[in-house]
Amino acid sequence: MKHMNRTYEDVSTYEHWTADKFLPGGIVNDPGNSMMYITGGWRSNRPVWNKDNCNDCMLCWVHCPDSAILVENQKMVDIDFEHCKGCGMCAVECRFDAIEMIVEPDSLSAEGGN
Amino acid sequence: MANVTVLGATGNQMVAEAFRQAKVDVLPAYPITPQTTMVENFAKYVADGRVHTEYVAVESEHSALSASIGASAAGARVATATAAQGLALMFEELYIASGMRLPIVMANANRALSAPINIHGDHSDVMSCRDCGWIVLFAETAQEAYDQTIISFPIAENPNVLLPVMTTLDGFVTTHAMERCELMDDDTVAAYVGDRVPENALIGGPKAVSHGMFSSLGGPYFKLKKVQREALENSKPYIQAEGDKWAAITGRKFEFVEKWECDDADYIMVIAGSSAGNARVVARELRAEGLKVGIARIRLYRPFPVAELVDILKDAKAVAVLDRSDCFGAQFGPIGLDVASALYSAGAQVPMRNYIYGLGGADVTLDALRQAFTELPQVASGELDQSLNYLGVR
Repeated sequence: MKHMNRTYEDVSTYEHWTADKFLPGGIVNDPGNSMMYITGGWRSNRPVWNKDNCNDCMLCWVHCPDSAILVENQKMVDIDFEHCKGCGMCAVECRFDAIEMIVEPDSLSAEGGN
Repeated sequence: MANVTVLGATGNQMVAEAFRQAKVDVLPAYPITPQTTMVENFAKYVADGRVHTEYVAVESEHSALSASIGASAAGARVATATAAQGLALMFEELYIASGMRLPIVMANANRALSAPINIHGDHSDVMSCRDCGWIVLFAETAQEAYDQTIISFPIAENPNVLLPVMTTLDGFVTTHAMERCELMDDDTVAAYVGDRVPENALIGGPKAVSHGMFSSLGGPYFKLKKVQREALENSKPYIQAEGDKWAAITGRKFEFVEKWECDDADYIMVIAGSSAGNARVVARELRAEGLKVGIARIRLYRPFPVAELVDILKDAKAVAVLDRSDCFGAQFGPIGLDVASALYSAGAQVPMRNYIYGLGGADVTLDALRQAFTELPQVASGELDQSLNYLGVR
């Protein structure tokens, strides 16, 4: 994950689930591991950031329920599409028309995906 | 050297003493009906400063076990007590406590479930919770209730076990009737039970942890349930070890299944709880009359002692399984189902007849128990079928 300087063991398939990887009762003793839960695949609409209009007011950062607005040195730098669910709250809250929502399949075809 | 006090006490008193001597950190309980004097006595110990427990009087049994779960996850030694409808109201939390692997010790006064409304002893409440992932113990006497409550703490809190324990005693006959009991001194019990040393407590641990997490379709729910089943099955040697350790102090033996004259018995009765005393009286008479009978009394019910029971029953000519509750719609009562499965899976062809007795605190008469024993030769010969029967309904 580009914005977090951490690596995780792969537990994405049943084969990786062994008793030694899970504490009794499913206790989680590794804080912050919700980063491993990739929710970007749920998205049907995608926010597109227009950097020229953005003045780093941080309203989108405040309202984003998935902490998907990435900030460095008090400046917005990107959107975390691994976790953005495409709710559109950032686009509604933005006062400067710096975020526009587009339909996800359209964005994929624009990028040459399918 | 252990000092023993001999006293006349009820099962409720003895369980309250066990909770006090185990120095429980937190005891949440609903103090009104169907609660017993277990909690009343314990609340008095707290009020008198005889134990430094955080006693939480909650508004329902649902809350009693919820508060127990929170306190246990935080790292505290936790006990609570309930009975009948109260246990039924805890149902949701029973699975949460075992699924979260929290070593809560709960005493249950085994009583009937409504309707019709009934406050007396049978096993309907505890048997309805037999598959909730708890270790379940049945006591015959107040003394045994005390012993089993004390051993429950180190069993539950053992890092290799980490499961809640339900230590049960029969409503009225064991909870409210007075018996001769032996109470160990406080220091001996304190040294035996030790302190709870939690490895992943919410409070005070070396790392920040989360308990009671969500696990959806792709999560480890399925895996954790398998691990939980294995943990319950693997708890047996630790249960026996704690029973042995306590027996070395008290001289009172602990067995998963108590064998009474089973070695040469042709006909064996399987029973749990307080009625075993009456069964022994009848069995002694029948032995004197020439009928070789024995009694296998279940003390550890979950995990079910399959190997131990099969070993006792496999050479019998016929077996009577006595159930003080019914599994409506099933072929037998709960112990009947367990014994039938155990015998079948071991390939033991032992004829078995299931008797439902003493529901709602109905008297368990010597005549009724004699009937169960004396029908067994007819079950062995095939004159009587292997069915479920209500015993002693007048």
